[in-house]
Amino acid sequence: MRNYIYILVMALTTYFIRAVPLTLLRKEITNRTFRSFLTYVPYVTLAVMTFPAILSITDETWIAWVGFAAAMVLAYNRVSLFIVSLGCCALVLALQLL
Amino acid sequence: MHRDVYMRGMRDGIPVMLGYFVVSITIGIAARGANLTAAQATTMSLTNLTSAGQFASFAIIAAGAPYLELLISQAVINLRYCLMSCALSQKVDQQMPFYHRLIMAFGITDEIFGLAVGQKGKLDPWYMYGAMSVAIPGWTLGTLLGILSTGMLPPSILNAMNMALYGMFIAIFMPAARDNKILLPIIFISMGASAVFQMLPVFDFISSGMKIIILTLVISFAAAVLFPIGEETAESEKAAGISGAGDAAKLADAGKTAGSAGAGDAVGSAGAGEAAGTAVIGETAGLADTGETAGTAADGKEASLS
Repeated sequence: MRNYIYILVMALTTYFIRAVPLTLLRKEITNRTFRSFLTYVPYVTLAVMTFPAILSITDETWIAWVGFAAAMVLAYNRVSLFIVSLGCCALVLALQLL
Repeated sequence: MHRDVYMRGMRDGIPVMLGYFVVSITIGIAARGANLTAAQATTMSLTNLTSAGQFASFAIIAAGAPYLELLISQAVINLRYCLMSCALSQKVDQQMPFYHRLIMAFGITDEIFGLAVGQKGKLDPWYMYGAMSVAIPGWTLGTLLGILSTGMLPPSILNAMNMALYGMFIAIFMPAARDNKILLPIIFISMGASAVFQMLPVFDFISSGMKIIILTLVISFAAAVLFPIGEETAESEKAAGISGAGDAAKLADAGKTAGSAGAGDAVGSAGAGEAAGTAVIGETAGLADTGETAGTAADGKEASLS
């Protein structure tokens, strides 16, 4: 039961955070700096979350480095999200089994 | 009309669903460590839809910590959803009814947000509903499979599945960096700063969720001040004439790349996944247009129409 209360607490908190700006911000934000800020946020946060956390997913760090480099090069060359994701996954699996 | 947009959202959501399915298997396995039952772990995934938040919650729940601690940790770790929600509020029709906003808000995740902001023009709520309706079951069912299969999968496979998550993140931000020259250094600075924060023991007192928020706020704000994005005003018509053409060329180029990628990868059973994946490329290129320093989002759109 206590676990369900935990789950309820986190579900409400997370939903609240997601819903408040979208429901309350009805007007166009005209501030140029703030608009630029909102554009940069997703890229910066994804980059920060990815690195260096990605390096600790395998016991041997070099394998994670190879997977990271492969994903960066593939994605930069506009290979599809699906292929980048599964490609570096397969690569890391293969290197671990060597 | 709604149906077409909804179907497009579903199609674009397929790679997200596959990624979620794989990642949430690891979530399910981790949930076992917090002594959650399969029903509890599945309920959590269905109602929360947050990888970092759920991962962080397991240690807190296992420790039997106060509810307030869980609340604060979720608020901090998921603050980026708040920022994404701000961004989406600018992307939807201002007249859009309240209930659409309430439903859409539930589906704000890194990946669905990535798809949504990549849409040209105003965001149709039905597009998000389409993406949500495939991504959420992927996340929920993966969690269930994960907790039921605990101990059955070797570590090498679990590690590789983790890689798929980060591969997906990289595939969201890197194509945009190719189109917007200022984004590439910003991404590398973000990674470098993140590594420094992680490695220096001085910062050990800050939780990893908090580090993500601090870095995101500081770097994004600095970038916004130093490299503001062009306004959507008529004043920049002159600049638009130049950069608009560039954007159109870029869009055409991205379209070509996407087309050839689709043709090259037509092998294999995941035909639908391929199509969705290439669609994501096209949209990411569109997304990068909004980030053009010289031009504006509106210019890019006009250019691609003409």
